[in-house]
Amino acid sequence: MKPVEAINDFVVKFANVNGSGSASANELFARSILRMGVPVSPRNIFPSNIQGLPTWYEVRVNERGYQGRRGGVDLMVAMNPQTWDKDVKEIEAGGYLFYDNSKALPKSKFRDDVNLIGMPLTEICNATYNDPRQRQLFKNIIYVGALSALLDIDAGEIERLFSEQYKGKEALLQSNIKALRLGREYATEHFSCPIGIRVQRANAVGNRIFVDGNSAAGLGALYGGATVCAWYPITPSSSLAEAFSRHCQKYRVDPATGKQRYAIIQAEDELASIGMAIGAGWNGARAFTATSGPGISLMQEFIGLAYFAEIPVVLIDVQRGGPSTGMPTRTQQSDLLSCAYASHGDTKHVMLFPEDPTECFELTAQALDLADRLQTPVFVMTDLDIGMNTRLCDPFQWDDTRAYDRGKVMSYDELEAGKEFGRYLDVDGDGIPYRTLPGTHPERGAYFTRGTSKDRYARYSETGPDYIDNMQRLARKFETAKSLVPKPLLTPAAKPARFGAIYYGSTSPAMQEALDVLSERGIHVNALRVRGFPFPDEIADFVATHPWVFVIEQNRDAQLKTLLVNEARVNPARLIPILHYDGTPITARFIVDQISQHAGARTVVPIRKAVS
Amino acid sequence: MTYLAKPKLHHPTLAKNQIGYTRRDYEGAISTLCAGCGHDSISAAIVQACWELDIEPHRVAKLSGIGCSSKTPTYFLGNSHGFNSVHGRMPSVVTGANLANRELIYLGVSGDGDSASIGIGQFAHCMRRGVNMLYIVENNGVYGLTKGQFSATADKGSKSKRGVTNTDEPVDMIGLALMLGATFVARSFSGDKKQLVPLIRAAIEHRGAAFIDVISPCVAFNNHPGSTKSYEFVRQHNEAVNRLDFIEGRSEITADYAPGEIVEVTQHDGSVLRLRKLAPDYDPTNRVKVMNYLQERAAEGEVVTGLLYIKPDSADLHQYLNTVDTPLNQLAERDLCPGSVMLERINAALR
Repeated sequence: MKPVEAINDFVVKFANVNGSGSASANELFARSILRMGVPVSPRNIFPSNIQGLPTWYEVRVNERGYQGRRGGVDLMVAMNPQTWDKDVKEIEAGGYLFYDNSKALPKSKFRDDVNLIGMPLTEICNATYNDPRQRQLFKNIIYVGALSALLDIDAGEIERLFSEQYKGKEALLQSNIKALRLGREYATEHFSCPIGIRVQRANAVGNRIFVDGNSAAGLGALYGGATVCAWYPITPSSSLAEAFSRHCQKYRVDPATGKQRYAIIQAEDELASIGMAIGAGWNGARAFTATSGPGISLMQEFIGLAYFAEIPVVLIDVQRGGPSTGMPTRTQQSDLLSCAYASHGDTKHVMLFPEDPTECFELTAQALDLADRLQTPVFVMTDLDIGMNTRLCDPFQWDDTRAYDRGKVMSYDELEAGKEFGRYLDVDGDGIPYRTLPGTHPERGAYFTRGTSKDRYARYSETGPDYIDNMQRLARKFETAKSLVPKPLLTPAAKPARFGAIYYGSTSPAMQEALDVLSERGIHVNALRVRGFPFPDEIADFVATHPWVFVIEQNRDAQLKTLLVNEARVNPARLIPILHYDGTPITARFIVDQISQHAGARTVVPIRKAVS
Repeated sequence: MTYLAKPKLHHPTLAKNQIGYTRRDYEGAISTLCAGCGHDSISAAIVQACWELDIEPHRVAKLSGIGCSSKTPTYFLGNSHGFNSVHGRMPSVVTGANLANRELIYLGVSGDGDSASIGIGQFAHCMRRGVNMLYIVENNGVYGLTKGQFSATADKGSKSKRGVTNTDEPVDMIGLALMLGATFVARSFSGDKKQLVPLIRAAIEHRGAAFIDVISPCVAFNNHPGSTKSYEFVRQHNEAVNRLDFIEGRSEITADYAPGEIVEVTQHDGSVLRLRKLAPDYDPTNRVKVMNYLQERAAEGEVVTGLLYIKPDSADLHQYLNTVDTPLNQLAERDLCPGSVMLERINAALR
């Protein structure tokens, strides 16, 4: 058996029990590698449970910066007897198994083609600590210490991380350092360190930041000027509203009075949270809600009202596996259709697709502008993979000269000067009418907002021509949105390519890697990342210039493909769906395999070349 | 055509309030409800109360759900912004609107179907949160727009127009509001304008969640013998606990009152509510006693009306949230955005 040998390019997976305190130790492990200048991308794979069920933390170490999930495991840190068999099976041939050998296991529990690193963790803990809670918590730090020796991680970096984390808490700092050294010393004494996979100091992190998408989106809402947030707890979006709350407590409190420049309501359900956001948007405050698929389902009626009554509101959908309660702690991109056409009647909604935390920040702020500009609901379509995992990404940026686009709001002065006001009057030909805010002028500009049909002056009307006039204007407005949503980004192939690929959101890191691998194999693909809906014309043009276009998605029903056919009117025969929907993040391996197969079947090899 | 504008011609002798508006300036479009509908009387009472309070019409935001009652905001305060939202969800929309601009007066109009059936959850949570608003339920015990089905406030044993007996227990909106922490709770009757107008005035001036349950007979579907929400039944069983006579300042007591007949309640802003007691020993500031009293009277089949409960030192959601005095919808970039220097510091902490 040849052991896996790799520097700065491997996958470590921790198998733990939920609630055992492993999460912070595992994150410490990931951060220490990052501090050595080597990119990592960790992923929590967790159950819908607080304590007792299995949970995994998978860290991909990759100096080239590939952050998609790779697939396969080089080093398994098997701390959960419940999942032992499955975990052992997952290790690549020649890989490593780090485990607690305090209690002997039968030979049948192991594999011949895997390197065993047994360490009596429980024994060491029991000998060192009396308190059962300490035994558990420090066991995690001890294995991090052992791993640092095995993988050649600079222990100094870990100790520096401790001193940052436990600033002013000397006792905690010292006890953690002690546990770390205990593990490190044991490993150095008993194993040949380092093993075949190891970390080597590099300079590949640059000025990037390490943050999760939900925190980033919460920060985007802060910078984007949201003042009202109404939400209802639901995985995987809860941490978004909580992050917004945290950011607001830090940056939005009036220093003179201690009063809040924001209002956050944890509502009684999703119907109320969207209702509050709509009420606030109607009244001129920037408002948003954060939710996931089931919440979107509950909000349907209100979303239709906001569309038809033309009220700005932002919904951040941190998607998870559906349908129904589905896989609440697993990732998917399966709410596209339910958001694009949310509610009854003819409705269409603007959607933005961030690829990482940086874009969660940017696109959430932009969504608030777009909602005001277009006076309509705007969806930010993120997902669990981006939202709940810490990701290495470009630093956040803000231009201080940037002014919020509050859209067409008629002021007191304009009303006073006698400017004509018709709430649903298309004065500029872009389908976007002017609105007034309640309380603006004593005698002019008041109107009645309703979900029923109306004429251009907001008067109730059930007549056909009035209805059609309004619906056609709404369609014009949606056409205007095409030019306002972020443009798709093209990654051209190194050589002329007959294949195109369209992808979006959290597929991005896996896709970037897949494109490189495919290119090395001689399969050249032009790739287009969709960032907004309605689709800008570039997308249809892209499809038109490629005989075959792969559409890579994380859902069963090819939802983006459906939208492309429906809304961008592209030729469906050109589109080849590549679909990944088992709840785990899509991998480069999966994309490469799928595209290679399709490409092989569609590549005509000249006869002469084939026989030679 | 279901939208009718009223002629703008006013009689020159019409009385003006202190800010120069006549009652007509507080009216809306012509009602499309049935002739004799209790709801129209409530609309008229709202117009009267706002005129008397010298409220600038554009400082009121009127919101509603769906149903006959929820249509009425079109028929009053034509110079106020209105919002006819979705069925049973007016409370959440008002909550959000109120958060956006704390300076306006929020008037939520709803019905018994809208608030006691489909919207009971939102009603409850709106009261709990203490949203600063007047929440009126125009309560007729029946679904009017869908032609006569029982609503959740229909009394057990009452008969529908088609002769069906209701076997479900009624939802007691007053009891709910009291239990959930509303700080102003009143019941009135659309046929008693004298009682209703001062209650609306006091509720508008109240800080916090003010709830008025107005029994408002449905002439089309619930005004027959066997109904407990008919004009005749309510008139016969109406038991008012007090009369609200004055609601401003500490004005002199000019009317003749017998000793012990008056209850004075000082409100958050120093204004005083003066209540003429009709029921001896009724104390509208003692929530537990109020709840007991109402249960006892309800068991006797009485419909107790008046200002049933008021919390003198009431507070509202904005106080609980400690929001700034400036309405949130008026905050600009400099108040809201921490800027690029701070963002660079945030970035640094994430490395």
